[in-house]
Amino acid sequence: MTIDIKPDLYAQVPDEHGRFGIYGGKFVAETLMSALAELESLYNDLKDDPAFLREFDLDLTHYVGRPSPLYEAARWSDKIGGGRIYLKREDLNHTGAHKVNNTIGQALLAKYMGKKRVIAETGAGQHGVASATVAARLGLECHVFMGEEDIKRQALNVYRMKLLGAEVIPVTSGSKTLKDAMNEALRDWVTNVDNTFYIIGTVAGPHPYPMLVRDFQSVIGREARVQSLNMTGKLPDALVACVGGGSNAIGLFHPFLSDNKVAMYGVEAGGKGVETGEHAAPLSAGIPGVLHGNRTYLMQDENGQIMHTHSVSAGLDYPGVGPEHAWLKDIGRVNYVDATDAEALAAFHRVTRVEGIIPALETAHALAYAEKLAAEMVPDQHIIVNLSGRGDKDILTVAEIDGIDLGIS
Amino acid sequence: MSRLGPLFDQLRAENRRAVIPYLVAGDPDEALTVPLMHSLVEAGADIIEVGVPFSDPMSEGPTIQKGHERALEGGTSLLSTLSLVKQFRETNAYTPLVLMGYANPLERKGYAAVADACAEAGIDGLITVDLPPEEVTAMNAELRRQKIDNIFLISPTTSDARITTITAQASGFIYYVALKGVTGAGHLDTDAVEAHLETIRQHTSLPVAVGFGIKDADTAATLARCADAVVVGSALVELVANDLGTDGSYDSAISGAHSLISSIRNGVNLATSN
Ligand SMILES: Cc1ncc(COP(=O)(O)O)c(C=O)c1O
Repeated sequence: MTIDIKPDLYAQVPDEHGRFGIYGGKFVAETLMSALAELESLYNDLKDDPAFLREFDLDLTHYVGRPSPLYEAARWSDKIGGGRIYLKREDLNHTGAHKVNNTIGQALLAKYMGKKRVIAETGAGQHGVASATVAARLGLECHVFMGEEDIKRQALNVYRMKLLGAEVIPVTSGSKTLKDAMNEALRDWVTNVDNTFYIIGTVAGPHPYPMLVRDFQSVIGREARVQSLNMTGKLPDALVACVGGGSNAIGLFHPFLSDNKVAMYGVEAGGKGVETGEHAAPLSAGIPGVLHGNRTYLMQDENGQIMHTHSVSAGLDYPGVGPEHAWLKDIGRVNYVDATDAEALAAFHRVTRVEGIIPALETAHALAYAEKLAAEMVPDQHIIVNLSGRGDKDILTVAEIDGIDLGIS
Repeated sequence: MSRLGPLFDQLRAENRRAVIPYLVAGDPDEALTVPLMHSLVEAGADIIEVGVPFSDPMSEGPTIQKGHERALEGGTSLLSTLSLVKQFRETNAYTPLVLMGYANPLERKGYAAVADACAEAGIDGLITVDLPPEEVTAMNAELRRQKIDNIFLISPTTSDARITTITAQASGFIYYVALKGVTGAGHLDTDAVEAHLETIRQHTSLPVAVGFGIKDADTAATLARCADAVVVGSALVELVANDLGTDGSYDSAISGAHSLISSIRNGVNLATSN
């Protein structure tokens, strides 16, 4: 008798070539191919290894402070008057964002590989801080590449990284933001590939990065699933997360992908409005292409040049997106939408005043969309929003936009 | 039909090595590109590598990155690069030309259309930095259809097993990346290069060019003893950067490039003449 096993579509990606449908892959210079192969084979050995998983879990529990709470934003939900909104509090993690889940995992891999030097790219500085933090803890040399433009708008995080002992290297090429920081990190990796581990901060880059970052971040969705069942007796009706490269979003979504009744919304940075061209919403307005080691949706011109992006939030200011999101868009499993700078700022202020939680500007994009979605729902429906990070780092930006001089610069 | 095979056959028969200058098309201005190419040939270049400007040139050091930025400011694209090539071909039908660039401009135009346009313009080979053997199959099929060579990079980190995979798909020549790093880096170890070339030659009879980090006649001469060709990029792009045509002409870039490539030509010839 043959048993009809329904294969889980979502567990089958990426394939052995690192592909999510036509997306993903390993589009890098030859010099990096052996390093990627080494990382892939180590990760394949470790990903189901109980000792490795226990080490990762212990760090998440005792160093990061997991599980992060699922919190019912009751007053905010009451004011909206529709569906109930629950916040997955990644802002309460050590270092203040979801980014640390991934850097803990990758630092463990670096340790297993015996690498003494780590590099990272950063936009908002949250991934840079999370990388500098794990490097300090393991006694590794840490270099963080950061666009000159972002160094200006995230001065507090730059100083945090320096306090932690990392060297912050300003990137002056191209648009001087996250994309260029990633170019520079790849150039450093090619040069120092023998002793260096590249800690990529999101579900982008060449295979196996989109897979391993997803796996490390999926702790968010696994916890949220159990918490939702415990608190409400059912799965959520919808999930909402902001999408820069897409790591906090995939982390929340992935454990729910097979639950067909759970709707999912990835919120990109609409900037000044997608119709103005000044945005960072490749899934909403981009075209598939190849950048930073993978095939995905990109903001590019008719000649295949990558376009400059705009977002009020440095962490979403990126012209590409993780390849798994590109695939999830094409197969229709996740809806990709956008929130503008103005909508994000309004949500930032509202949640701060109504719930006493100051969110990161990246996160505020998800909150802005959740508000619209909740308004169309009824009270026995509920949404989980990934509260991916806290907004302390953005205080200076918000003050400046609001025309308030804090007397510091 | 690619001009690369016949050229290398002839060079081998004469015990000569090829000199391959690299420039960025449209850097700093499309007006310089074709005259510069002719001047390079006059100075002794056997093949010219034409860089296709890209917004995110991940394997380039600062010098060539700036060349890409200047060319993009002037609006040079893959298609306008190919029209410069066509202009060059009006008076030079024999020098092999190799396009060097990144995958996204090719993806955007479509591989088949790119292969057709390259053939029509008179391109002999393509090097695409971020299309390693794992990702190049579709592009390679289109290039084969148009009898254009697909030139693969091999690096100091390429394992023997990978060398076998790469040489099985390669044609024209192999491009050995002389160091772990980006173009224009300063830490070239010529002894290590020599040892690696011996390994590569155990796997293929294709000619092997060496590039990345070759800036002067001495280094070129040393490498010419073991390589079939030497590539000079950053040193040439630097000369262009020092003459941005502000006096209404590019005379000093052209004469500087001429004397750089002449001196490299002489160094290489001397090294192989005894
Ligand atoms: C708090 C926060 N949320 C979201 C992001 C966006 O990244 P991702 O889309 O990978 O989650 C960042 C990036 O810096 C961030 O700091």
